[in-house]
Amino acid sequence: MTLELRGVSYRYPGYRRRALESVDLRVGEGAIVGLTGRNEAGKSTLCLVASGLAPASIGGELAGDVLVDGESLRVLRTHELAARVGIVFVNPASQLSGITGTVFEEVALGPVNLGLAVAETVARTRAALAAVAIEDLAERAPNRLSGGQTQLVAIASMLAMRPRHLVLDEPVAELDLEGRRLVVEALRALASGGTAMLVAEHDRELLAALDARIVTIADGRIAVPA
Amino acid sequence: MATLGALIAGGYGVPLVMLMGLVLPGATIAGLAWRVARVAFLLSLPISISVGLVSVFTRAGETVLFVIGPFDATREGTDFAAQVIVRLFVMAAALTLFGLTTPPRSLIADLERRGVSPRLAFVLGSVVGAIPALVERSRDVQAAQRSRGLDTEGSLGRRLGGVLPLVGPVLIGSLHEVEARTLALEARAFGRPGTRHLLWAPPDSGLERAARWLLLAGLVILAVATR
Repeated sequence: MTLELRGVSYRYPGYRRRALESVDLRVGEGAIVGLTGRNEAGKSTLCLVASGLAPASIGGELAGDVLVDGESLRVLRTHELAARVGIVFVNPASQLSGITGTVFEEVALGPVNLGLAVAETVARTRAALAAVAIEDLAERAPNRLSGGQTQLVAIASMLAMRPRHLVLDEPVAELDLEGRRLVVEALRALASGGTAMLVAEHDRELLAALDARIVTIADGRIAVPA
Repeated sequence: MATLGALIAGGYGVPLVMLMGLVLPGATIAGLAWRVARVAFLLSLPISISVGLVSVFTRAGETVLFVIGPFDATREGTDFAAQVIVRLFVMAAALTLFGLTTPPRSLIADLERRGVSPRLAFVLGSVVGAIPALVERSRDVQAAQRSRGLDTEGSLGRRLGGVLPLVGPVLIGSLHEVEARTLALEARAFGRPGTRHLLWAPPDSGLERAARWLLLAGLVILAVATR
């Protein structure tokens, strides 16, 4: 379970300047790589590219290659990408599908889309809700949650898909201390199961709690490799 | 029914009957009359303005009402524009009422149960879900504008005037939201072909089925009668 970027440069559609320039990065099986850098350094762009959503969904121009378990993301269709690499967006509200009525359904949406049997979907959803301790939100409307609760739902919705590779863009930005502790535990448990994780985060303490290998990005380039 | 009825029938009569006979009672019973009117106005305004300008000033007619530069505003053009705008408003009002009273999840689950592809079901569900989202966003934008001095309360004229500055931010915001939702769904394998095992399906009573057939029959009769 490896996620690897080889000589990756990326330009958003309509922009002349490249947001990423010659990025080489490897996240091995069960490893957590923490990506730090100032605002607009390219962290979120790197997350989108590593997940395959850029350019597959967003468009733009990609040079170099992103490989999951040695296979190029270029050859995968978007639903195949989603099954291989999960992503938690920087804005948790934008993670919500907008088509579900309860948090339970929201978290279950990924497993349902993967075509899992109902019993498996329900089991995964319950486990994901329990992992971030939001079982009591199960019947709440997803669009009526606080920022922190929404962030936990966004993370749970990815945990339920059990991706082999996971990209998280500032996953605890809106969480209190207890929420952060739960997320750290959940991510460490995933890593111990072999999931390769890339975590873009300003908070060095969080990355230290995750035992993450830290990489720094500046102006779209890896400034300080691990 | 009201949307299709207003689309099929020309003139003022049938669309207004649809509005007063179906949409308004429904919206009143649901306690949504003002909200439906407001959202329908928002939705139909941009296209109504363009239809109005084009029809009033470019449609051929014998009775000239007034002249602006090289353009004649004709009675026939004005009448045509008014008819189109009434139909647009009725269609928007009917869709708004449907959107505000139908949970998107129910529509999507029901469509999928009937064999519609998840993608198409999502598109239709999103259209329905967009209306409450539009209402919510217009509230947020209005609150933001009000906090910076925009007066949106008082007489009907002033309240309608307060709606105009909402149109741009609300519609552009909706487009951004569609992009974000699409990304969120793609991140969760929504486009995957093959069977999906849904967790639930909305109830469908005999009364609901009978009402649907009745409305469909009414629509067919209307289509035949207005040909």
